[in-house]
Amino acid sequence: MADLSTTFAGIRSPNPFWLASAPPANSGAQIEKAFEAGWGGVVWKTIGAPVLNVSNRYGAWHYGGRKMLAINNVELISDRPLETNLREIAEVKRRWPDRAVIVSAMVESTPEAWTTIVRQIEDTGADGIELNYGCPHGMSERGMGAAVGQVPEYCAQITEWVKRAACIPIIVKLTPNITNIVEPARAAVSAGADALSLINTLNSIVGVDLNTLEIVPSIAGLGGHGGYAGPAVKPIALNMVSALGTDEVVARSGLPISGMGGISDWRDAAEFLLLGATSLQVCTAVMHYGYRIIEDLCDGLSNWMDSKGFTTVAEMRGKSLPRISEFKNFDLSFRAVARIDPVQCIRCNLCYVACNDTAHQCIDLIAPDGRAVEPYSYDVRSNGKHEAIATRPQPVVREEDCVGCRLCYNVCPVDGCIGMVELPPTQKPVTWDELTRTRPEVTEDWQAMEAYRKDLGIEIH
Amino acid sequence: MTENLTGSARTILESNLLGATCARVCPVQELCEGACVLGKDHKPIMIGRLQRYAMDHLHGDIARMLRIAPSTGKKVAIIGAGAAGLSCAGELAKAGHSVTLFERRPMPGGLSTYGIIALREPVDVALAEVEMIRQLGVQIETGIQVGRDIAFNELQARFDAVFLSAGLGATPSLNIPGQEYVLDGLDYIERSKIDRQSLSIGRQVAVIGAGNTAIDCATVAARLGAERVTIIYRRTQTEMTAYPHEYEFIRKEGVDFRFLTQPVRILHDGANVIGIECLRMSLSEPDETLRPRPRPIAGSEFTIAADQVVKAIGQQKPSLIALLALDSVRGYVKVNSEFETSLAGVYAGGDCIRSSGSASTVMAVQDGKLAARAIHQRLMAREERS
Repeated sequence: MADLSTTFAGIRSPNPFWLASAPPANSGAQIEKAFEAGWGGVVWKTIGAPVLNVSNRYGAWHYGGRKMLAINNVELISDRPLETNLREIAEVKRRWPDRAVIVSAMVESTPEAWTTIVRQIEDTGADGIELNYGCPHGMSERGMGAAVGQVPEYCAQITEWVKRAACIPIIVKLTPNITNIVEPARAAVSAGADALSLINTLNSIVGVDLNTLEIVPSIAGLGGHGGYAGPAVKPIALNMVSALGTDEVVARSGLPISGMGGISDWRDAAEFLLLGATSLQVCTAVMHYGYRIIEDLCDGLSNWMDSKGFTTVAEMRGKSLPRISEFKNFDLSFRAVARIDPVQCIRCNLCYVACNDTAHQCIDLIAPDGRAVEPYSYDVRSNGKHEAIATRPQPVVREEDCVGCRLCYNVCPVDGCIGMVELPPTQKPVTWDELTRTRPEVTEDWQAMEAYRKDLGIEIH
Repeated sequence: MTENLTGSARTILESNLLGATCARVCPVQELCEGACVLGKDHKPIMIGRLQRYAMDHLHGDIARMLRIAPSTGKKVAIIGAGAAGLSCAGELAKAGHSVTLFERRPMPGGLSTYGIIALREPVDVALAEVEMIRQLGVQIETGIQVGRDIAFNELQARFDAVFLSAGLGATPSLNIPGQEYVLDGLDYIERSKIDRQSLSIGRQVAVIGAGNTAIDCATVAARLGAERVTIIYRRTQTEMTAYPHEYEFIRKEGVDFRFLTQPVRILHDGANVIGIECLRMSLSEPDETLRPRPRPIAGSEFTIAADQVVKAIGQQKPSLIALLALDSVRGYVKVNSEFETSLAGVYAGGDCIRSSGSASTVMAVQDGKLAARAIHQRLMAREERS
């Protein structure tokens, strides 16, 4: 069994899975339960400035019969008395010395306020502090949360105040509601942060009620943007985590990254680790299914690591980062075409429609007698399943015309029916970057481009 | 699923005016769901139930949902207000023709109203569909039998075209001693729907025949209190015309099957049935329906206890053929590819032309629709010439 134990900026936890700073990490009683279930750590729901919450806090996006592909919320930071939170943090840490207990904090942007909260947290015995620069709603209107995270100079300023006061590791949590995630990350690095975590929630409006025309969820008739999280945001989070892992400055700093954003199962977890995360935070999946998902998160990750020969989490960390590159470095000579397996094909025609309406028009419908036919070209008088099945045409890719766009592969409802088959290249490997350097005219002038294509026999219809 | 139920219902109605009934009674396993591409390695999409959901959403006047062409001044008579007749009438009315539908029975709807058990097709669903056809402008005259209340040549004189959709006749006779004690299956179902008080259900009910009407009769008996229901069929499960899913259904209702069994005498005490004397059969060479011919095994007589016997052995061939001297195929009305009979301007569709294969409501609807198209083209072509 692979060893899942994790050390993050000096903070140890038996596995890389921490509850993210959110409702599942709201109280000592909850976190006791989570630790009993097996969670490796917790980032306590943000404590700090006094707040009052509203009703109808969570909206959700349901899609394709699945519930909660994403959740959005206008809940603020912890509304429990500060003293209660501090007392429970101390109790939990005392009872669970092997678990990571990190406290998220957010106070008004003054050195005094931050110094005070840092000292209060350190008095509990907590392992670290996460600076919440991400919360996109409510707190940001008061100059906190995302209002800090969106301005790299503020990030740096507050991080410096905190670092001056703190003895325990400081994690800066980044907001994704920014054009380039690298900027605030570099600011945190320069201000001496010990670690980074991302992503916080995204600005979102989850829907409009078509009966009442109100925003969902409605708070006495009004609604507004709330923080968006859950499976739907995972690809955005993966991109941002990898953007830090591939950034020269952030990567050179060696700061560990706590990755989060839509982690629902061990496969998501493995992807975050492969793109450079050291610890992982989970919220929406726990809000959907409860603390017990930690069993499969750990077991599934451990089994997959065994199958891949990884014995520790550190061995796999960042293993896919070298696979991230830019378009200019991609091999333009690489050829892949779609191939449809007629045995597995159910003849639903989704690939045909996708290719012909919206892609590159290289799938034909071939009738049983070998003719290419139009869709729905059957006899309206035909009746019964046997006739319908016997006369149904088969989609076939014209490989010489296929550009390898992969749309059919993506829409096909049958796993393994459409394969993207690699063909031998018809030209020598070359990248756009190389072309720009060696044949600049080809990259700047259409006539030169066409001549170049003609030389190589590249025909685009 | 975009929840555009009005749009779904309109799309269904544009192809099938009797979509509500078809969603309930059609053997979707043999038709749309049987042909669903997902059926290859999943459960098919529940097309029948989805259609029913969309059609159930439909309320009020449907005429506003469907485009009705301006009046053409042409008149069409339709004989028989079953599925084929209603479909043809509705399609012709949409095309702007003036349509009168003549129905022999007190209520329109044909088998949907009278002959399919309420479990599948409640009377109000059948009549609501009739009402919808009326909203399209079709005149429906009930209690009118052609040849009795109105002469066929009078119809030909008054109308520009005629569509025959009179269905089939009564259940044939069993031709065995004691047959006067046997109840007619279609009448059995009709009473269960229309006049429940007049139907007394036996304790031990035997149903003769293994088609879909026999299944319906057995269902009525089982659901309305019979202690034991037995279906008696002279061939085997392989040859019966009931669909496999209906067979599965009726087995779950607790109905027994006696295959390779031929009733030869109804046993009675002068007032009540007490049993059926039967012979065992064996299968031999194929007959004209290409099914193995059943032959009695000599000396194999045995008795099945029963206090009520219902026959559901198909229906007699259409009587219109003799009345109108129409060409026929195996006793059914002969039509060409345009649904026209041997009489010019007289068209036919539905069960009365179904000379081979199985018959279903949706086939009758399709006949009516295609015949309406042919009639429309004929009438409008004549218009252009004149």
